[in-house]
Amino acid sequence: MGLVIKKAGILDSFQDLGRYGYQRLGINPGGAMDRTALRIINLLLGNPEGEAGLEMHFPAAELTFSEDLVFALGGAEFDATINGETIENWRVYPAKKGDKLKFKRQRFGTRSYLSVAGGFEIDAWLGSLSTNLIAGVGGFQGRSLKNGDQIAIRKPAKALHARIGVRLARSFRLRYSQSSAIRITKGADYEKLTALSEQLFSRELFRITGDSNRMGFRLDGKPLHLLNRDVEISSAVNFGTMQILPNGQIVILMADHQTTGGYPKIAHIIKADLPTAAQLGAGDEIGFRIVSLDEAETISSEFERDLSFLRMGVRFNTTAG
Amino acid sequence: MASVDYNIYPLGEGALTICFGNEISSTQNDLVTGLAEALDKHKFHGFRECIPAYSSLTLIYDLFDVKRNFRTALSGFEIVRSLVEIEIHKLDPIPKTPKTPIEIPVSFRKTHALDLEFAADAARISTSQLIELFLAKTYRVFMLGFIPGFPYMGKIDKRISTPRKESPRVGVPKGSVGIAGVQTGIYPLESPGGWQIIGRTEMELFTPHADRPTFLSAGDLVRFVKD
Repeated sequence: MGLVIKKAGILDSFQDLGRYGYQRLGINPGGAMDRTALRIINLLLGNPEGEAGLEMHFPAAELTFSEDLVFALGGAEFDATINGETIENWRVYPAKKGDKLKFKRQRFGTRSYLSVAGGFEIDAWLGSLSTNLIAGVGGFQGRSLKNGDQIAIRKPAKALHARIGVRLARSFRLRYSQSSAIRITKGADYEKLTALSEQLFSRELFRITGDSNRMGFRLDGKPLHLLNRDVEISSAVNFGTMQILPNGQIVILMADHQTTGGYPKIAHIIKADLPTAAQLGAGDEIGFRIVSLDEAETISSEFERDLSFLRMGVRFNTTAG
Repeated sequence: MASVDYNIYPLGEGALTICFGNEISSTQNDLVTGLAEALDKHKFHGFRECIPAYSSLTLIYDLFDVKRNFRTALSGFEIVRSLVEIEIHKLDPIPKTPKTPIEIPVSFRKTHALDLEFAADAARISTSQLIELFLAKTYRVFMLGFIPGFPYMGKIDKRISTPRKESPRVGVPKGSVGIAGVQTGIYPLESPGGWQIIGRTEMELFTPHADRPTFLSAGDLVRFVKD
């Protein structure tokens, strides 16, 4: 065994980087909301970047380690403690059999990730370990965790102690922010916005409503209007696609989005800003800044280059400090 | 082939959609399935998957794989767009021989056909006339979407076309056969949904651990028969 869930959180599910290749069957990719956080803690642990981690919302699970292992946390800051002692995100820690991991309060962000060296021994489905909550497959029995669940871990390939203390250099920490504008590219229906709505879209802040979840965020703000809403027939959508509902409000599709949708697509959040968006929750405000597709591609490339530096740094174990 | 009208637009960075029109028609859907097959056959570096819809095909690609393999000054989007255009120009205009329709048994019992009376009233016909009109046609699976294995099929007889429910049901039972506008579909799992439910099938449309997890695929033909 590896973990025992003493007290389940409101939504703890195993997620990797998503299940791609089956959207034509209506099977949504899912995966971690904040993929970057998961990739980074896996890198620190010496795991493949796409190893599955436990995604937790607040209140998060209280759990006990049932064997000696090595783990790391990342993403949201939930004031984690091991046997009452504070631990930090983005750092590799050892745990002894019987150690208790708890999260005391939601200091920042909405989704926290736990990964262990070697990875969790959970169910793969169609090439991914992500839990598909709609179909009830993948991850741990296809569902979110409950009290008493026992999750095994795989034996790590390398010696456990080798990575202990490795932590992310400050310069690599994600620049999460609760206020900055999320960068977006224009969607196919952007040009249908009225001139006034176009202005509102770039200038106003929108509030994330309470019925926002892994599937999508509903926003509350000044309604946006389209010049025409002709026939809306379904086509594929993406993680970060922003649609306008008939009442003029925006919905942002997140990790568990449906594969297809019919509402007008006005914009898409750029990949590099999806983690920032994923760490927002009900009540937070969000604003948007349009960038060109070329800029978005450049930002994405720089972002991947930064991660590859990190990957090399971890390989040579120079990130400590 | 004769020139095909299409539009290509990005779906964020890392995905693009090829749109052949804005109709629910076999002509446009043939282009979609034809292009999907061609792209599957000639996978380029960075190709991840394509998602057929009624009249559009979306292609998901890995931006970095694409840029690594095609070293040009072009953007990733421009590279993939040109690769797609090559395939579009090679599309075979000859319609394929139609597939043999797959039969799906449906029960129209009151306990299963939650909205049958409502739909019949809206169409100003009897429930048995509605069933007759519904069973009379062969339907094409234009696409799968919404939830795993959910087939979007059409087109149903205009006389029985019914709009979606004003407020969706929280739980539409598994196997429910619904209609919405000119479309018909089957819920492979219990799920929230707004279509008018006129019957139910016992057929399993989604078996996650089977080699083929969904019973139907885009391009299939379906005939409903009375259970």
